[in-house]
Amino acid sequence: MTLTETLRFMWDILPELLQGLEVTIQLTAMSLAGGFVLAVPVALVRTYTRGPLNWPATAFVELFRGTPLLVQLYVVYYGLPELGFVLDRLLSAWIALFLNSAAYQSEYIRGAIQSVSRGQLLAARALGMRSLTAFRWVVLPQALRLALPSWSNEVAYMVKYVSVVYMIAVGELFTRGQLIITRTWKVGPTLFTVALIYILVVYAVTKVMDHVERRFRIPGLETGVEGREA
Amino acid sequence: MAEPILRIEDIHKAYGKTKVLRGVSFDVAPGEVVVIIGPSGTGKSTLLRCVNLLTVPDRGRVWLEGVELTDKAVDINKAREKIGMVFQEFNLFTHLTAVQNVMLALTKVKGMKTAEARARAERELEKVGLADKADLYPAELSGGQKQRVAIARALAMNPKVMLFDEPTSALDPELIGEVLEVMQALASQGMTMLVVSHELGFAREVADRIIFLEDGVIAEEGPPEQLFVNPRNPRTREFLYKLTELYGEHGEPKSRGRER
Repeated sequence: MTLTETLRFMWDILPELLQGLEVTIQLTAMSLAGGFVLAVPVALVRTYTRGPLNWPATAFVELFRGTPLLVQLYVVYYGLPELGFVLDRLLSAWIALFLNSAAYQSEYIRGAIQSVSRGQLLAARALGMRSLTAFRWVVLPQALRLALPSWSNEVAYMVKYVSVVYMIAVGELFTRGQLIITRTWKVGPTLFTVALIYILVVYAVTKVMDHVERRFRIPGLETGVEGREA
Repeated sequence: MAEPILRIEDIHKAYGKTKVLRGVSFDVAPGEVVVIIGPSGTGKSTLLRCVNLLTVPDRGRVWLEGVELTDKAVDINKAREKIGMVFQEFNLFTHLTAVQNVMLALTKVKGMKTAEARARAERELEKVGLADKADLYPAELSGGQKQRVAIARALAMNPKVMLFDEPTSALDPELIGEVLEVMQALASQGMTMLVVSHELGFAREVADRIIFLEDGVIAEEGPPEQLFVNPRNPRTREFLYKLTELYGEHGEPKSRGRER
């Protein structure tokens, strides 16, 4: 294949790959959003409570951080139907991904909550705020800002992690690439195109998150980056 | 003595085996300024936190304006609105500007509208000489300015009593005066104040009564003249002597200019 032919081929498969990218982006966004909604209460419970509320939250986090995402995906997709829950592929993928992301996000948020000084909570209580009011208006806004750098990493990881759902044939970016390869046997150019798309998307995400971080920066609320080990 | 605004009765508090407070009782009259002194680790801060129940005493009772706060049926959050507290470490909300720090409890606790809360907060900041710093974040303020914002934040709630927990201990010496000056002005306006402090100059000049706390009990209490000039307890004399040696009597509020 000449260079021109290769470029021609890459250009031709692009529309199909972009359809896959759309699914990847949808899954990423929904997993992050679902994960976030679950992560905040989990982090809250893990930080401030002991006993019967704390242990299920802790078990959840340890379970999802301690097992491979692929295993989690299989359990949801193949395991749940055996218990009588038949889910379609996209829904299974989303459930596994958002639960996994919730576990990680809750840890970032928990760390951030802990770095908000206890004294501020004390001051809020002394002003007559109830604990949840104090958490909502004093601790949470700071914790979310402090968690932003790790959260940015989570976004970038998620874009790439979504590719594991190839294993249950959800038509996201990587799956489309695989389909093209089976059809055309052009492994190199296809994977190269797929990789290129990933790089551009992750780069764009990083830029956007940098902007968000700058936008929400407050003097005295400096942040350190902590993300999951890839 | 008039009907006390605050009554502390037989407060006990232990952390594990360490008995921090071992039966402390005293009354505070409306408008009275009581300064609590004593060696570190004798439960001064714990005592102050037992007043608004940030720390729950193991035993003993607290009354504010005749209402028993230690009664389980009392809504402690409502009661805390009437008890302002100022901390050694300021504890300003890092993510909010000075004026937003003062506004937060006005809107979230008192349910004020934003515009009304803002006007109120600006007035309070003006009273502590910080009208021009309203839109700065805590990290952009000096220690003395932070503590004045913290005082404004507490005063905005219209408290009946103000608690000060070593309000100047975390400040550089040159910033202590501006905070003491605000406190002195507050005292002269008739605010009831309970102050834990090592500022002997302030205690001598502003306090109506000094309580010397040692080993979790009141070792001596009385007007400043008594404790400074003629203490009955030799331990009081010894402590005051040591403190003067260490810190001098700095904090004579009037001799210090306020930074603007």
